[in-house]
Amino acid sequence: MSTALHNLVNQPYKHGFVTDIETEVVKKGLSEDVIRLISKKKNEPEWLLEFRLSAYRHWLTMEEPSWASVTYPKIDFQEIIYFAQPKPKKQLASMDEVDPELRRTFEKLGVPLHEQKMMAGVAVDVIFDSVSVTTTYKAKLAEVGIIFCSFSEAVHEHPELVKQYLGSVVPAGDNFYAALNSAVFTDGSFCYIPKGTKCPMDLSTYFRINTEGSGQFERTLIIAEEDSSVCYLEGCTAPQFDTNQLHAAVVELVALDNADIKYSTVQNWYAGDENGKGGIFNFVTKRGLCKGINSKISWTQVETGSAITWKYPSCVLLGDNSIGEFYSVALTNHLQQADTGTKMIHVGKNTRSKIISKGISAGRSSNSYRGLVKIGSRATGARNYSQCDSMLLGDRCMANTFPTIDVQNTTATIEHEASTSKIGEDQMFFFAQRGIGSEDAVSMIINGFCKDVFVHLPMEFAVEATKLLGLKLEGSVG
Amino acid sequence: MINKGSKTMLEVKNLMAEVGGVKILKGVDLIVRSGEVHAIMGINGSGKSTFSKVLAGHPDYTVTGGTATFEGKDLFALAPEERARAGLFLAFQYPVEIPGVSNSALLRLAYNTLQNERGLEELDPIEFEDLVLEKIKVVEMDANFLSRSVNEGFSGGEKKRNEILQMAVLEPKLAILDETDSGLDIDALRIVANGVNSLLTADNAVVMVTHYQRLLNYIVPDFVHVMDGGRIVRTGGKELALELEARGYDWIRAAA
Repeated sequence: MSTALHNLVNQPYKHGFVTDIETEVVKKGLSEDVIRLISKKKNEPEWLLEFRLSAYRHWLTMEEPSWASVTYPKIDFQEIIYFAQPKPKKQLASMDEVDPELRRTFEKLGVPLHEQKMMAGVAVDVIFDSVSVTTTYKAKLAEVGIIFCSFSEAVHEHPELVKQYLGSVVPAGDNFYAALNSAVFTDGSFCYIPKGTKCPMDLSTYFRINTEGSGQFERTLIIAEEDSSVCYLEGCTAPQFDTNQLHAAVVELVALDNADIKYSTVQNWYAGDENGKGGIFNFVTKRGLCKGINSKISWTQVETGSAITWKYPSCVLLGDNSIGEFYSVALTNHLQQADTGTKMIHVGKNTRSKIISKGISAGRSSNSYRGLVKIGSRATGARNYSQCDSMLLGDRCMANTFPTIDVQNTTATIEHEASTSKIGEDQMFFFAQRGIGSEDAVSMIINGFCKDVFVHLPMEFAVEATKLLGLKLEGSVG
Repeated sequence: MINKGSKTMLEVKNLMAEVGGVKILKGVDLIVRSGEVHAIMGINGSGKSTFSKVLAGHPDYTVTGGTATFEGKDLFALAPEERARAGLFLAFQYPVEIPGVSNSALLRLAYNTLQNERGLEELDPIEFEDLVLEKIKVVEMDANFLSRSVNEGFSGGEKKRNEILQMAVLEPKLAILDETDSGLDIDALRIVANGVNSLLTADNAVVMVTHYQRLLNYIVPDFVHVMDGGRIVRTGGKELALELEARGYDWIRAAA
């Protein structure tokens, strides 16, 4: 690997600053008392506390999954701070009441909180450590009946909806990290699109972990009623610490008849340094339920950060003719490890799914695609198309593909394509011979490689993703 | 094309180079002036392609001796992209495919990089479109080639025409065509040759590396060099190529 390529990959992380803000934390460790305390601090109803406690009791009986192609030291769950929030905790009536230091943090991150400066009419919910700081454009959305607020607020304002759908897609005991999240989740975003409504703007959540040693366990719930549609964006960053931080989120999507949910993520958690010190452990459960006929859920993700990524945004295609899509770019560098992919569970008739996965590995990283396509016995006429491409930069990284196909209905049509490529010396020389420097060349090759995914990102995310990949790879090719 | 005001463009003296420890070039001498067309011929393994790659700076090859100057500058002190920006162009024998990168995006990036180098304004995609639609006529390609990924799914002939399109857009001072004629049918050969001819001026120069005389029927060289065993062993006019076609290479090798 040439020096130019090497320098290109090894760009410093620019979101690694810590905000000096007074934070209220619950002392580290996990117990029923801590859960009761979190629930009490959030003034939660009894049923939610019960939900948490039963999840916790179930979690105690579970084991950390070990099947993923990642290695890391055992996590001591008693060493984690489960609740941290910026003070003061009083209800914010307007944007002006947001702590100026916090506001500067988000401005540094490029997430302006002033509504008048909002990026191209995107409504943003901002999660700082454990709590939702502010939700913008709430009033405007309410005019068309859309509820977009923090999860805690939804618990108080719309308990019947939360009660009906919480855990309906990802049950509390679904897996180790989902159970942990169900026990200790602190906040997140809630979104409800009523029948027949097209959400007039993109909705967005921005996550930031600030407190050292704290975990972030947020919960997102999106419900799209009949004939509605919404486009949702999620961004994440964290400061640079030598210790690992745990992020175990749960995202649940529900699409009723003819509803359409598009969920896009650009994940740029701190990835640790070039020797693998520090970084976020990103153990996330994301699942969408296409509950109604003709419903559609589409996941698009660009995963560039985290020391470890363990994430499989999935679709359960229950309604007849429903559609699930997964478009993913995962980039790993240095000692990052990613084990990511999707599950497409076909239950209804004529259900269709599409998987486009692009993995890019550089440095000494490991990047795995893991996917399941399951066609149930009643899923007559189901179709799936999967394409998994890996690209290697340098000769010390690793790319794996673990596709599982389980078909129980003979009328199914399944296609799977896979390729592995390497940015070759000949390609680099070709660009150089046309006067193009190695950074531009790599960025062009990578963007070309990821094009099939980037076209599914909303415009401003696509621009960000393109830049991000360039930055992450700075110094790694040549 | 040789004119009185011509300047020395490329001067190679006693060039020696190796790949993977094997000596390939063993003392090449060559002078190319502006306005000239040179052909370098020779059998497989004589060092022709190595010579063109060494001039362009391919990382696999190590220069072990000799010098090369391009417009008076030490060529080997320049990185490959700097040589390109200085006006040295190599049309590849085996053009690479770049999946997902459109031909027009590549051409525009390369063009604007040069514009920057020359202190000129970059062209936006719309302005560039006008320029490239004009240039593409040179190689008689359909405009839909511009939106396709670079060389992906192109036939052999289309790849070679695409190389000449890049040459037309970048307007190099010195173009080295590395076996551009190989694998071309007669129509494609004519198109490629017409393209190159239309780009020739008194201020630029072309070095063609080829096995066969037939390309030289279309692009008429001022000088023909025969390479053998890593050196240029004979230089003549265009009639030398005809003689080679008639008699083969053995008589020159014997004479050398």
